[in-house]
Amino acid sequence: MSETLTGAQLTVRLLERQGIRTLSGYPGGAILPIYDALGQSTVIHHVLARHEQGAGFIAQGMARATGQVGVCLASSGPGATNLLTAIADAKLDSIPLVAITGQVPKAMIGTDAFQEVDTYGLTIPITKHNFLVSSAEELLTVIPRAFQLALSGRPGPVLVDIPKDVQMQAIEVTDWPAPGKRVAPPPADARAISEAAAMINAAKRPLLYLGGGVVHAGAAQSAVELAEKASLPTVMTLMALGAMPVDHPLSLGMLGMHGAPYCNLALDECDLLIAVGARFDDRATGKVAAFCPQARIIHIDIDPAELDKIKTAHVGIAADVEEALQGLLPLVSENSRPGWVDRVNQLKRQHPQQFPDQEQTLSHFGLIREVAEALDDQASIATDVGQHQMWVAQAYPLRRARQWLTSGGLGTMGFGVPAAIGAALAEPQRTVVCFTGDGSILMNIQELVTAGEEQVNLKIILMNNATLGLVHQQQTLFYGERLFASQFKTLPDFVKVAEGLGIAAVDLTQAENPHRALREALQRPGPCLIHARIDAEQKVYPMVPPGAANRDMIGA
Amino acid sequence: MNAINRNEQTAIARAVLEIDVNNHAGVMSHVVGLFSRRAYNVEGILCLPLAGGEQSRIWLLVNEDNRLPQMLKQVEKLEDVMAVRRHGGDHPIFSGLESYFR
Repeated sequence: MSETLTGAQLTVRLLERQGIRTLSGYPGGAILPIYDALGQSTVIHHVLARHEQGAGFIAQGMARATGQVGVCLASSGPGATNLLTAIADAKLDSIPLVAITGQVPKAMIGTDAFQEVDTYGLTIPITKHNFLVSSAEELLTVIPRAFQLALSGRPGPVLVDIPKDVQMQAIEVTDWPAPGKRVAPPPADARAISEAAAMINAAKRPLLYLGGGVVHAGAAQSAVELAEKASLPTVMTLMALGAMPVDHPLSLGMLGMHGAPYCNLALDECDLLIAVGARFDDRATGKVAAFCPQARIIHIDIDPAELDKIKTAHVGIAADVEEALQGLLPLVSENSRPGWVDRVNQLKRQHPQQFPDQEQTLSHFGLIREVAEALDDQASIATDVGQHQMWVAQAYPLRRARQWLTSGGLGTMGFGVPAAIGAALAEPQRTVVCFTGDGSILMNIQELVTAGEEQVNLKIILMNNATLGLVHQQQTLFYGERLFASQFKTLPDFVKVAEGLGIAAVDLTQAENPHRALREALQRPGPCLIHARIDAEQKVYPMVPPGAANRDMIGA
Repeated sequence: MNAINRNEQTAIARAVLEIDVNNHAGVMSHVVGLFSRRAYNVEGILCLPLAGGEQSRIWLLVNEDNRLPQMLKQVEKLEDVMAVRRHGGDHPIFSGLESYFR
């Protein structure tokens, strides 16, 4: 049976057919036909953000928590430009996102029409792929294809720009396309897999180096199995935290600029590095020439362009990392490697990560410890960007893949609150905690209104040092203590702000018993801002100076 | 040509890339954008549709550079790119056009 539908109705129907039940957006003139159609949908819940960037990060939060595609909507012009940061963030962290933007009518494109911007041109370098749709018929192929592209291979953001006249164009639809799904990549090269297994079996001091790709591929369990079978001490990138429980005996935690001292030192000694879904980011490797100087390298990644990009691999395997790990497991011999494991444990004892002031609730590490003690592994943990992010990465006992939402590649301040809202919308059964700072929270503070409106179970821990901590830290360490533009002379009353924006707030600094006040706030359902003043002189240690070798850590 | 004179230009090793792409608006931007974001100059561009008009072939003349292998991988990843072939700088496609650039 055929139906007559507009491009807008078609788009909404295709989203429904993709299984989308929640999406986030912000309306405006050029996307009103789609909003009109969306208003008629009985299955899709539209979350009205208070800024398009917030909508983008809410969609990202849903995607990061579940691995499914997140969808966000915005209008043309400023709506589209406001989305850009969230799209670029998704690109750098390989997050499946479909962003749909309205565009001025086709006949007006290129005339500097009201709210016209070249959304297609602007998003070329920050999307995996993008479309400017020129007819309603095209939507039948473009929308499923956008989902397929976002999920297949290395995941990433896809933008679909739809001119207003295309949204209003009515067409007859008889056949519906199949929803876009992940397409499996070509199988891993069996010879390379057996070569890699032989290298692991022959290695004396191998290390497993896990990246975000392990989380994206759902390969965390296989990675842990491989580590256990062959006794591979394991380091994780910021994006991989949670893939192996940090308190697993083989875990060396996070590597790199703010990695644990023993972790970076172990990397210096390894003779084989097995990189899985990791991309040798500069914050992870430090000075590349000095990274794992004695090691041969096995590199497994779904993106062939990552192989040999930064470090030449002795064996490079372009494959789905779960499939590759499953291929490796039977070929890798059980080996307890007592000498190497003992050496790594010795490094752990001799060069531990320090957690100063951890016993005091009102300190950076104290707040993290208290939150972790109050919650179990079912809680999801988001962060903003800055000192608090690194402290949480160092100290929070992450034990579950997809438990951890953080802006790794782009390092976007303002990510935390909306991404955490998205995670809470996607998995309402969980408590979602967002650690943030007084700089970051102001970058998307308006989304507290959204959190209140949706009544998400979100607890925001605001570590307030009245300072842009990482800037302050770098100015102190590397710019002759010339502090400039990094200390806030004026700060809002965050408790009043939160209450004014419609969510509960607690000030631990004023509380008689901060420990109890924190516990109570975490247990109460719904959104809550939990404010605590912390010491501005605290640094993130250790720190590898930018461009230095990872062995040269300050404060280790 | 920046500060490089014509003699120096001819001394630099060149590569010619032959790229089969879907023929629609924006594809050229995707391809050359990968070069421009790396401040990697494209010395020559030639593009015409292939028979049928569904696809085009882009010919690029670029300087040899140790970034070129990574560039080729990035070009291959583009959704609208079907195939990439690398030729030596002496490929006749551009030298045949020299009479138009005097």
